[in-house]
Amino acid sequence: MSNGNRQVLTGHQVVANAMRQVDPDVVAAYPITPQSEIVEYFSKFVADGKVDSEVITVESEHSAMSACVGSSAAGARTMTATASQGLALMLEIVYIAASMRAPIVMTVANRALSGPINIHCDHSDSMAARDSGVIQIYGEDAQEAYDFTLMAQRLAENEDVLLPVMVTLDGFTLTHTAQVAELLPDDTVTDFVGEYEPLYPLLDVDNPTTQGPFDMPDYYFEHKLQQVEAMNNVPEKFLEVQEEFSDLSDREYSGLFESYRLDDADYAIVLLGSTAGTAKVVVDELRDKGKKVGLLKPWMFRPFPAEEMKEALKEKEAVAVFDRSLSFGSSGPLYLEVSSALSHEDNKPRLYNYTYGLGGRDIAEGHIAEVFEDLENPDLESKMHYINART
Amino acid sequence: MAEFELKKYDEVPIGGVVTGGATPELNETGDWRSNRPIFDEDKCIQCLLCWSHCPDASFYIEDEEVQGIDYDHCKGCGICAEICPVDAITMVPEGEDSEDE
Repeated sequence: MSNGNRQVLTGHQVVANAMRQVDPDVVAAYPITPQSEIVEYFSKFVADGKVDSEVITVESEHSAMSACVGSSAAGARTMTATASQGLALMLEIVYIAASMRAPIVMTVANRALSGPINIHCDHSDSMAARDSGVIQIYGEDAQEAYDFTLMAQRLAENEDVLLPVMVTLDGFTLTHTAQVAELLPDDTVTDFVGEYEPLYPLLDVDNPTTQGPFDMPDYYFEHKLQQVEAMNNVPEKFLEVQEEFSDLSDREYSGLFESYRLDDADYAIVLLGSTAGTAKVVVDELRDKGKKVGLLKPWMFRPFPAEEMKEALKEKEAVAVFDRSLSFGSSGPLYLEVSSALSHEDNKPRLYNYTYGLGGRDIAEGHIAEVFEDLENPDLESKMHYINART
Repeated sequence: MAEFELKKYDEVPIGGVVTGGATPELNETGDWRSNRPIFDEDKCIQCLLCWSHCPDASFYIEDEEVQGIDYDHCKGCGICAEICPVDAITMVPEGEDSEDE
């Protein structure tokens, strides 16, 4: 049910409030645009006595994630936030957090990676972390960023998962804009996230453990298989958490991706993040004109919901996969996943890859409408298409 | 190296965690030492500086006195020989003086 607590807040404020309500033991972070205000607002909550967390201000993101790993190993509920170059610098330790099964929840305010240096949104930062072992959830708006931050806590700490979770929201587009968002009451969140009971807390001196040790070739592979299994457990646990969360809020989450007017669509676009909002407007307009178009917006990119997505897309006439990052010398990361998911289908849809929005380049309704128009052309070239770029 | 039964991925704690916190005793790691510390009990004044400076806990201690060196774990770094105030520890190339083991 709705609690009526609708507020006008920026993405920063919404995420900072989610963190305040989660009440982590430790937050270690370093400022970087467009993430900085998240930790600034959170630090103000700490200074004002509204949350009891220990904020560790460190000298870099590498240190931020290192402090988070140590904190998590000690048995503390731990959160952080970063973006772009910060995530790139942090990345070495993100792999280690995942391998040490540290259930750290981190926000990434998506921003282009240098160079050229750029502070605006694309997904090159989080895509660089896609093989690190972190769970990745992409939000469309501030509300989703809030909801997923809370759900991430439960998912990360689930005993069959125990992996770090990255919740992303598009830098500036979502972080710096004021949006209407509904926050749950504090005690509802407290009950929802519950007490964290770490499996092997390093501070449990009666049960000493060695953590993060060296593996020879005789065990490294098996420890990686443990991560594989944990990742395989994620979809089912995510759906369980979604169901519980949907009961608490008036918001319906029931899937690894959102399907928007997709079921009877002949032509579909697949994309991540805030551009889904624009795409939905276009879908509605084209539907009014009788076009059978739809949108698929993955919430979860890691693990990738390949089987479910195959079922949702295999009957389509044509599908355009939008990537907001490049993998130089190959197709975009989202396209590769969708293409792989459909690879064993005999009558699969025509598939196309569109790159858009790099370094904050605008994408407007007209650009998306043009893609739907492209898709009706059976002779459309399979090369990479670039939206709103001066090719 | 000690012999261990190799377990399947789901038979060991997750995340590489080692429970019990005492693996070095089971795992001999001193086999790549190139210099060997030789302990001279007659010169030793039992100051225990060697024990407190050893990065690998390779000194056997009983009743607060050095009893000898754990060659199954000593890496031959030489810190003990350097720190000893009475030159009771000398480093010799591995393979020489091995009868002193």
